[in-house]
Amino acid sequence: MSNLLIKGGTVVNGSDLVVADVLIEDGQVIELGPQLGQPGGCESLDATGCYVMSGLVDLHCHMREPGFEESETIETAARAGARGGYTCLVAMPNTVPAIDSPQMVEMIRQKADRAVVDVQVAGAITQGRKGECLAEIYEMAKAGVRIFTDDGAGVQDSRLMLNALRYSVVGDLVMAQHCEEASLATGGHINDGVISSQLGISSIPREAEETMAYRDVLLAKKTGARLHLLHVSTSNTLDIVRQARAWGVKVTCEVTPHHLLLSEDDVVTLNPDMKVNPPLRTLDDCRKLALGLLDGTIDAVATDHAPHHIDNKTQPFEDCAFGMTGLETAFGVIFTLLTRGTVSGKSKILEPINEREAIGLVHTTMSMNPAKIAGVSNQQGGPLRCGALANVLVVDPRASWVVDRTKLSSKSKNTPFDRLELFGKVIHTISKGRLVVKDGELL
Amino acid sequence: MNLISVDDLTNEMYLELFGLTEMFIEVSTRPIPKVPTLRGKTLATVFFENSTRTRLSFETAAKRLSADSLSFSASTSSLSKGESLFDTINTLDAIGVDFLVVRHSRAGTASMVANWTQAAVINAGDGCGEHPTQSLIDCATLVRRFAKPDLESLDRSKTINKYLSGLKIAIVGDVLHSRVARSNIKAFTNLGAKVTLVGPPTLIPDNIESWPVDVCYDLDQVISEMDVIYLLRMQNERFDESMVPSTLEYSKNWGLDMARLKRLGPDGVIMHPGPINRGVELTSEVADSTQSLILDQVRHSVPVRMAILAMLANLIGGGHE
Repeated sequence: MSNLLIKGGTVVNGSDLVVADVLIEDGQVIELGPQLGQPGGCESLDATGCYVMSGLVDLHCHMREPGFEESETIETAARAGARGGYTCLVAMPNTVPAIDSPQMVEMIRQKADRAVVDVQVAGAITQGRKGECLAEIYEMAKAGVRIFTDDGAGVQDSRLMLNALRYSVVGDLVMAQHCEEASLATGGHINDGVISSQLGISSIPREAEETMAYRDVLLAKKTGARLHLLHVSTSNTLDIVRQARAWGVKVTCEVTPHHLLLSEDDVVTLNPDMKVNPPLRTLDDCRKLALGLLDGTIDAVATDHAPHHIDNKTQPFEDCAFGMTGLETAFGVIFTLLTRGTVSGKSKILEPINEREAIGLVHTTMSMNPAKIAGVSNQQGGPLRCGALANVLVVDPRASWVVDRTKLSSKSKNTPFDRLELFGKVIHTISKGRLVVKDGELL
Repeated sequence: MNLISVDDLTNEMYLELFGLTEMFIEVSTRPIPKVPTLRGKTLATVFFENSTRTRLSFETAAKRLSADSLSFSASTSSLSKGESLFDTINTLDAIGVDFLVVRHSRAGTASMVANWTQAAVINAGDGCGEHPTQSLIDCATLVRRFAKPDLESLDRSKTINKYLSGLKIAIVGDVLHSRVARSNIKAFTNLGAKVTLVGPPTLIPDNIESWPVDVCYDLDQVISEMDVIYLLRMQNERFDESMVPSTLEYSKNWGLDMARLKRLGPDGVIMHPGPINRGVELTSEVADSTQSLILDQVRHSVPVRMAILAMLANLIGGGHE
């Protein structure tokens, strides 16, 4: 394994920023300090003007394997992740067949061993994600699974969800819910609001998310279990999280870059790349979600990277698949949003914060917190110090780039951010001590 | 130039369409009701949803303009062999057509198809989205009834939003699922009319504060103030949930019978885009009364659609004047 010296960057550990070189040997950070000498046979990476931090961790990634390899594979998602600065991806279990057994977990792990970044597996809560009976949660936990979800659908049956939460208390497992009350949401395609009424497109009301979020908070309160709310999209859901915390409920939540930046206004032209579930809400929701990210109500930014083959997006809007890719744009979108308040061509979302605060918040919400939620903070999420596993990211905060869907590494091109100019660029990604992205390109 | 939405129409286009409509109404009275306007052009009706009026009138309009027409139905085409919409449109494009008249059960389909083809696309109804040609038929019917412009002195100085100024129109029924309503609200308002939406709260869309309409759930409260009652059919094929308890309760509260017609007054008129459900949104007596413009709407469907095709042909170039 080659040795690496990252020179001249600013090392980020939360809000703690220090100019230091980082020396990596045999997959570990072995030295950290100013003006380190370069050992023989060691590759040097110039990080002047850049930030150096633990690699990003994505709690929510659809890698599509097995079952939908035409859209993405574990290998291609990992490559896209590396380019986006991720050193750890949590693979969602809504594959075909679903990841709902220790055997399936093992199969994914074997494939993941060959991926360029670390891939963790989320297991299904219910068998086949059908929402009828519990999957073998303890057996999957023994195989290393820490986070469980039926993502793509919420667990509709309240008694079943209560049992899942109760069951998960042993082993400190996390039950992650895709909050969507099916009887309110089924048949809908975009947010229930001004645009859906205008276009005559059937809609998904915000209450579909909020009613289930509230229900699950109450069930988590009753059981003392750990609950994670996936892709929060409405301001009311955040208020429910705040209420839950006031009650002492162990709840965490995530938001996606697209729910922060994009709103139902972006759906007016019925661009299939803007179709996602939960749907893009209102600008007011974007702004309140951004406040929630700044005030710590939101623990993590997750991509909900959902690649789809072009055929599934070349249909009448209502027949198109839900989902957007996000691994390669997440850092740029979030950093641009935080430091500039919006992205050029979009509405203002928040009051910009300074670069150093922004990178600290990025580290906290895109690396450290998701690593904790995913149960991998011994390997991922920092802090970057001697002895830490070398999952490292180098970003240039000043570099600007324009998203070009044709140049993304994901197998699918359904990004909603095509042609947007972003500030902040992933320069190098080091996964398990190995340089996998250099100067923005995969090695 | 495509016609996807009422929003595509400029004031000049309304005027031109009303003028052309008068001309083609005259053509329709001739022994040989045919003109060479679209000779050499090909029109394809591409219908993924059932239709009687729209398809027949478009094909008749094409024939009377001397265009060749071909007809595509989802049920008898390669769609049933698994061909995608994209490939179907590509195929028609490769065959070479000048007009694609598209109907589909999904909103937004016509505008999507327009991105895939060289032909001029006319939206003949897209799910709950829009139905602009029906809207122009309804506007022409109202203009002829209430504004009565004649071809010679079509008043071009008169701004378009005065044509139906002061006219009070209630659109009654299942507005939520109605593409006709979505188009007509815009078109009637563009012509200066005042639109009120009437129906059970479950069938009136939410979040319409920005729409230029009044909303009233009680038909009896507003009927006497109205000039036009525009009735809609319950679009049962577009939803399977419980929106109203029963058709009986619906017809008692929002159906038009002779008693309500009397309160509308002798100058009030009834319209309906068809197909009508007798005994639900209106009784047979109302449908067949002298105050009903329903058959006028159908009569105007061919000349108005001729006018639309002729206008689009001019705009895309190559129409024979």
